[in-house]
Amino acid sequence: MDFFVEPAFFVLCIPIVAVAFVLGMLERPLWRYAMGASAVMLFLLFFRSPMALVYAVAYMGFSVLLYRLALSGARNARNSEQGGGLSTYVLVALQILPLVAYKVGVLFTPDFPGFLGISYITFKSVQVLLEVHDGLIDDMSVAEYLGFLCFFPTFTSGPIMRSRPFVDDARTSLTRDGYLERFYRGAGWFVLGALYKFVGAALAQWAMWFVPAAVGNGAPGWLAGVFGYGMYLFFDFAGYSNMAMGLGLMLGVEVPRNFRAPFVAIDIKDFWDRWHISLSTWLRDFVFMRFSAFALGRKLFKSRVTCACVGFMLNMVLMGAWHGLTPAYLVYGLYHGVLLAVCHLMQKKWKFYKKHKRDRWFRIVSWAVTMMAVFFGFALFGGYVI
Amino acid sequence: MANIAEQIVDLVVEISGEDEVAEERDIDLFEEEILDSMAAIELLVAIKDEFGVSIAPTELDRSEMNTVNKIIARVSERL
Repeated sequence: MDFFVEPAFFVLCIPIVAVAFVLGMLERPLWRYAMGASAVMLFLLFFRSPMALVYAVAYMGFSVLLYRLALSGARNARNSEQGGGLSTYVLVALQILPLVAYKVGVLFTPDFPGFLGISYITFKSVQVLLEVHDGLIDDMSVAEYLGFLCFFPTFTSGPIMRSRPFVDDARTSLTRDGYLERFYRGAGWFVLGALYKFVGAALAQWAMWFVPAAVGNGAPGWLAGVFGYGMYLFFDFAGYSNMAMGLGLMLGVEVPRNFRAPFVAIDIKDFWDRWHISLSTWLRDFVFMRFSAFALGRKLFKSRVTCACVGFMLNMVLMGAWHGLTPAYLVYGLYHGVLLAVCHLMQKKWKFYKKHKRDRWFRIVSWAVTMMAVFFGFALFGGYVI
Repeated sequence: MANIAEQIVDLVVEISGEDEVAEERDIDLFEEEILDSMAAIELLVAIKDEFGVSIAPTELDRSEMNTVNKIIARVSERL
């Protein structure tokens, strides 16, 4: 059963949310219930392919083992005043190994072992390992960790949740009014997401298939196809994300917002603050910032601007590779890395920019250029170029 | 205490290149575009070098270190 696609999923959500609503009204803690519901839903997600189920369960066990090792490593490091640095890197490498193996493996055989959701769960578990290393996570129980990894609304697609807010939510009992506020907000997001996915994305898909044929081959057809495809990507993915957020809220869990009007972005940095926000902030916090702190601390670059540009490239190439190790995705990542680096250079070094950045005409031109760059990026992503 | 404050003000001025923060320690460094995320990381690295206080990149919310006075408070409570 595919989440957010098959009618069965939506039908099952009705009793799941109804029971959550009753528990919420009675001011009972919801998180054990959410865990149980997640276990059932994940079983239904995988039951058609037993191998994937076995692999997913094994992966959870492996992740718990790495988490325990990270915890004891961090505690030892604090007690003995020696850095436990290396072991964290080894644990992170082990944690991403199944995903890397899968991404490489599917290039050779489509049957390579993997399971739906392996990409997203890797982000969540790596966040936990790194924050254990930083001493920010110290008392999350194994049950809480499993509940976080398996929380079904965000299991197969975004938004990427963070463990600390999730665990805080799990430990806090909501008042009736507090739960109602989340429930109403969640219901609104869910309906909006369903409209995005089943009306917006369907219309965009129709445009993407039929308009190019109507306007003819060549440049106009290509442009119409790319525009339709870009709108489809947005409505489909923002639709999923909004439904996941809505479902999470109705189960009493705050799920971060993943899209914030990306098509009004006035530069490419602004775009990534609005598009797949949970992915870009994850990369910012766990790749860009860590890489920068490492590089600045060791003075690897002469200037901060150079360091930032290299950091942006690293971030976005990783983002592309995470989507898949195909030329289209890798070029897409590289392309956005270059765009961010150029944008950063412009903002830091170009006097004309500093002088005019608040002018109305400059903002309009900047928006138009940004949108052209964004849609060309969609063309790369969708294989319209290579 | 006063000494720590001065050292931190010097660091922020040095990293941002803006002198006004020395006088106005409660202005929002991110909203006024005195610091960007890159400069904030550089500040964390510098704080670690100077005071031996290490603050992880995801430890503090931006709202917890968006003015000079808040940064001084965060460092002081860890010394």
